[in-house]
Amino acid sequence: MGKLKLAFYWAASCGGCEISVLEIGEHILEVAEIADIVFWPAAMDFKYSDVEKMPDRSIDVCFYNGAVRMLENEHMAKLLRAKSKILVAFGSCACEGCIPGLANLKRREDILNRVYKETPSTDNPDGVMPLLKVKVLEGELELPEFYNQVNTLAQTVDVDYFIPGCPPVGEQVWKAIQTLASGKLPPKGSFIGCGEKALCDECELKRAEKKIKKIYRNYEVIPDREQCLLEQGLLCMGPATRSGCGAQCVKANMPCRGCYGPPPNVDDQGAKMLSALSSIVDVKDEGEAKKILADVVDPVGTFYMFGVANSLLRRAKK
Amino acid sequence: MHDRNRIPEEVTIEPSKKLAGSEPRIGVFICHCGTNIAGFVDVKSVVEYASKQPGVILVADYRYVCSEPGQALIRDSIREHGLNRVVVAACSPRMHEPTFRKVAESTGLNPFLVEMANIREQCSWVHMHQPEEATRKAKALVGSAMAKACLLEPLAPTEFKVEPNALVIGGGIAGIQSSLDLAEKGFKVYLVERESSIGGRMAQLDKTFPTLDCSACILTPKMVDVGRNPNIVLMAYSEVKNVEGFIGNFKVTVTRKARYVDDAACTGCGVCAEKCPIKVPNDFDVGLGVRKAIYVPFPQAVPITHTIDKKHCLYFTKGVCKICEKMCPAKAVKFDQKDEDIDINVGVIVVATGYDLYDARQKPQYGYGVYRNVTTGLEFERLLNAAGPTGGKILRPSDKKPPKNVAFIQCVGSRDAEAHQYCSRVCCMASLKHAHQVKEKYPDADVSIFYIDLRAFGKGYEEFLERVQREGVRIVRGKVAEIYEQPDTKNLCLRFEDTLLGEVAEAEFDMVVLATAIEPRADTPTLQKMLKLSLGADGFFLEAHPKLRPVESTVAGIYLCGVAQSPKDIPDAVAQASGAASRATIPLIMGKVTIEPMTASVDEDLCSGCGICEEVCPYNAIEIKEIKGGKRKAEIHEALCNCCGLCGAACPSGAITMRHFTDKQISRQIETLLAPEER
Amino acid sequence: MFEPRIVGFTCNWCTYAGADLAGTSRIQYPPNIRIIRVMCTGRINPEFILKAFKRGADGILIGGCHIGDCHYLEGNYKARNRYMLLKKLIEQFGIEPERLRFEFISASEGNKFANVVKEMTEEIRKLGPLNWGGGKKE
Repeated sequence: MGKLKLAFYWAASCGGCEISVLEIGEHILEVAEIADIVFWPAAMDFKYSDVEKMPDRSIDVCFYNGAVRMLENEHMAKLLRAKSKILVAFGSCACEGCIPGLANLKRREDILNRVYKETPSTDNPDGVMPLLKVKVLEGELELPEFYNQVNTLAQTVDVDYFIPGCPPVGEQVWKAIQTLASGKLPPKGSFIGCGEKALCDECELKRAEKKIKKIYRNYEVIPDREQCLLEQGLLCMGPATRSGCGAQCVKANMPCRGCYGPPPNVDDQGAKMLSALSSIVDVKDEGEAKKILADVVDPVGTFYMFGVANSLLRRAKK
Repeated sequence: MHDRNRIPEEVTIEPSKKLAGSEPRIGVFICHCGTNIAGFVDVKSVVEYASKQPGVILVADYRYVCSEPGQALIRDSIREHGLNRVVVAACSPRMHEPTFRKVAESTGLNPFLVEMANIREQCSWVHMHQPEEATRKAKALVGSAMAKACLLEPLAPTEFKVEPNALVIGGGIAGIQSSLDLAEKGFKVYLVERESSIGGRMAQLDKTFPTLDCSACILTPKMVDVGRNPNIVLMAYSEVKNVEGFIGNFKVTVTRKARYVDDAACTGCGVCAEKCPIKVPNDFDVGLGVRKAIYVPFPQAVPITHTIDKKHCLYFTKGVCKICEKMCPAKAVKFDQKDEDIDINVGVIVVATGYDLYDARQKPQYGYGVYRNVTTGLEFERLLNAAGPTGGKILRPSDKKPPKNVAFIQCVGSRDAEAHQYCSRVCCMASLKHAHQVKEKYPDADVSIFYIDLRAFGKGYEEFLERVQREGVRIVRGKVAEIYEQPDTKNLCLRFEDTLLGEVAEAEFDMVVLATAIEPRADTPTLQKMLKLSLGADGFFLEAHPKLRPVESTVAGIYLCGVAQSPKDIPDAVAQASGAASRATIPLIMGKVTIEPMTASVDEDLCSGCGICEEVCPYNAIEIKEIKGGKRKAEIHEALCNCCGLCGAACPSGAITMRHFTDKQISRQIETLLAPEER
Repeated sequence: MFEPRIVGFTCNWCTYAGADLAGTSRIQYPPNIRIIRVMCTGRINPEFILKAFKRGADGILIGGCHIGDCHYLEGNYKARNRYMLLKKLIEQFGIEPERLRFEFISASEGNKFANVVKEMTEEIRKLGPLNWGGGKKE
């Protein structure tokens, strides 16, 4: 059997997922033994035309990280789908939109205006905006269309597997690679490189009573290192977040932000966490409850930090 | 006459395995309800619509589906067409859901595979002038019911046998009444009382308002009945240590504390107490009187068995004396007795643990505990009582002289934002009673009652108030701000506002009685946790519903009565005690309890043990248990589940399913209700 | 004329019964509302609300027992808390918060139920259709 053909592509994302591939450490040598990387523009000099030339389904596994923000991302998603046997949504951006997905709370015009005209440091006296086509001296230039909406990979093409995380932790990336290389593939559509429960399953903090009388922003308290952060009033998304990361943030005394997406049986991570949090606010008086909940200053940013594009509503009203 | 509710003997109950996972075969029955529905909704059009929906096998309409022939139509259709789901579009399910469930059950179809669409109360009757829209709405409602029906699962109520015994915790008047009622119905009752005798607070009272009955005289016959009743196992000087289980099957451990006296042998003759050299302040007299280190709390104690107070007995503290053992003619003193844990199994529990009183030292402005002549209501009862520390003479604590004027201060600790917000209900009447008793013993005494509002709400109470006023007792509306003592006479000077005159004034009294608030027992939280009960905001045990379920707690099988549930007078306590016994009898008589099957269930593969559900459940039906590998999982005690759905909605992992109201079913209802409608 | 589509989630013991009473009393109200019965407002998973908007609801009414009267003791407190946060959330998603309404309607308040529905139907009519559209890809 020949070496596996692997591809990595970076769409609308920060690039952290590409770095997390390197976090597998020395295992990268094992990867080099069993696989050839046939496309990884971030790491080496590959061109789109290289992919176009490949026969269909000749890439064994393609790790596509990043959300679909514009035409180029969509084009490459479709192209890589055609050329790959297995297409993996790699990382939170591809799985659920992640931080780029927060742009769905705005419209295209809002974003372009802000970036090209309104920020304090913009110096654009003529109000030049990006155009799809523009004639210059040398000829006609084209820019890929910037969509009005961020979509996930699965909302764009058919996806085989999902590796969640922002970024997926190194050990899990290695486990996922091993799974995919093993030949014993899980059912299509599975989440791999992660757990099958909520983060609380991995978290070692002590639990007493899930009752809170005040919600704190992270900077307002130094939490007790032994006790559940949610019980201390911090907005920990752990109960509504898929396990697999080893509770790294919690171990560093920071509440989970939810980057591994919802647990297996949940449609909408933000709605579920909103429900759970509201349910444990331990006051009966309406005024008091309102006061406590007012400390959730930005519900979307808290509950849907990573998952707007994959939530039930997917975007703010156009 | 055909009994439509009887399950025909010749039909076998359809095994649920056959239906789970099978394709839905829906029968839809649309009721005209005479013209109630058909007069406004185009039934034929709804029939046509239903016949196009997924899963449908047959659609029928009929004038009155709830009638005999209507039910027969459903029954026959189920049998003839092998239907495994029934949708009835008719009146509100709050009317006839049980009817149609029984119809299904009679054919062997699981009753929870029936769904109703409310096209009368919530459609035809409220859109009478808009028949087109009403018809459209009826279609949407029927479609939604059919969609939910496709996802319904057969559910089987679980039955548990009930232990035919009861536990009553607390031997005051409420506990005594409950025990006697339950025993009279033929059930065995374990009556557990913490003190060495039953009787509770009522035994400490001198007279009861408004009849001025001697409290002990009306109480002791009931106490004796309890002691004599063959169905009552009286466990006095005992405490409940642990409770496990659920309605019908409570496993209780009771600790019988060592009296160091054999209760089979003790005759109550009292020689031991006579000879005992140690005197100790008597709790029964609120510390105003003394008892010996071997004692009964009061002469009419039941059981009459004496008890040795280990903390003060010379043998236990210094290893000497033992005179009681020497003198006892029945050889009943046994210094080697030990506390004993006894396990009992009961079907129901009645909580009648009574109350404590507000510590008036928390109101330093009244000088209680500092000024000798400032007393509390209960202390005053003991001073009035012939068996009390002063032989029934009202004597000022400082000089043992009768008072010439007495002030009663109401609402000490009650109706107070800094203490208890609630009204303690009985103190107005108690102080009126005391005032009357002062006047009776010393007709020339000046008696004043300082009140905010006077509550004389019960039978004979208003009449008693008028009588007391006619006897010359002065009632002054105003809070007493401060009391200070005259150092030479030890008289008390009260500063108060007479609100009806609009004046601030001062008045001097020989003696002051504080009507202190009734409070929950200090150890209520311990019992609460043991029994998984809920407490109200006021700290008393919480009833299942404030209006309609006053004697049931939030835990199935545990009942509440007496002041443990909220402050009340003796008639109300007795009434509630009988009420609690009556409700408690229901599972005992039925011999089994059926648990409604629409309960919550946890998928262990999805549960991470976060603990949110445990906290959210109003019935404490969920427990987070530690399992292998240091992990945790939620466990739902279905017998305690009331099917409210709070846990299901709160679970952030979607690990909890609410049977019969699942997320999938409700989501499907939402989808079908909002599907584009035919015009 | 725009006819709002309103979905109601009502608790079995109070608001659903109140709606039944409106029916028995023949109190008329607009037919725009369709009710889903739950045992307690505490059962309402916020996902239901979002799904309903997504599927085309122009307005959502949650109806439960008055505070202190919940048949299950605490359900309406939880529902109320969830509702407070949900209102803030939907506004961030560009949905007018008036489209989500929580009312305490007891089993004896048939009139109140009808009035709330009348009022809400008109309010939503003025707001116009939500037209969520399922958030399909552009």
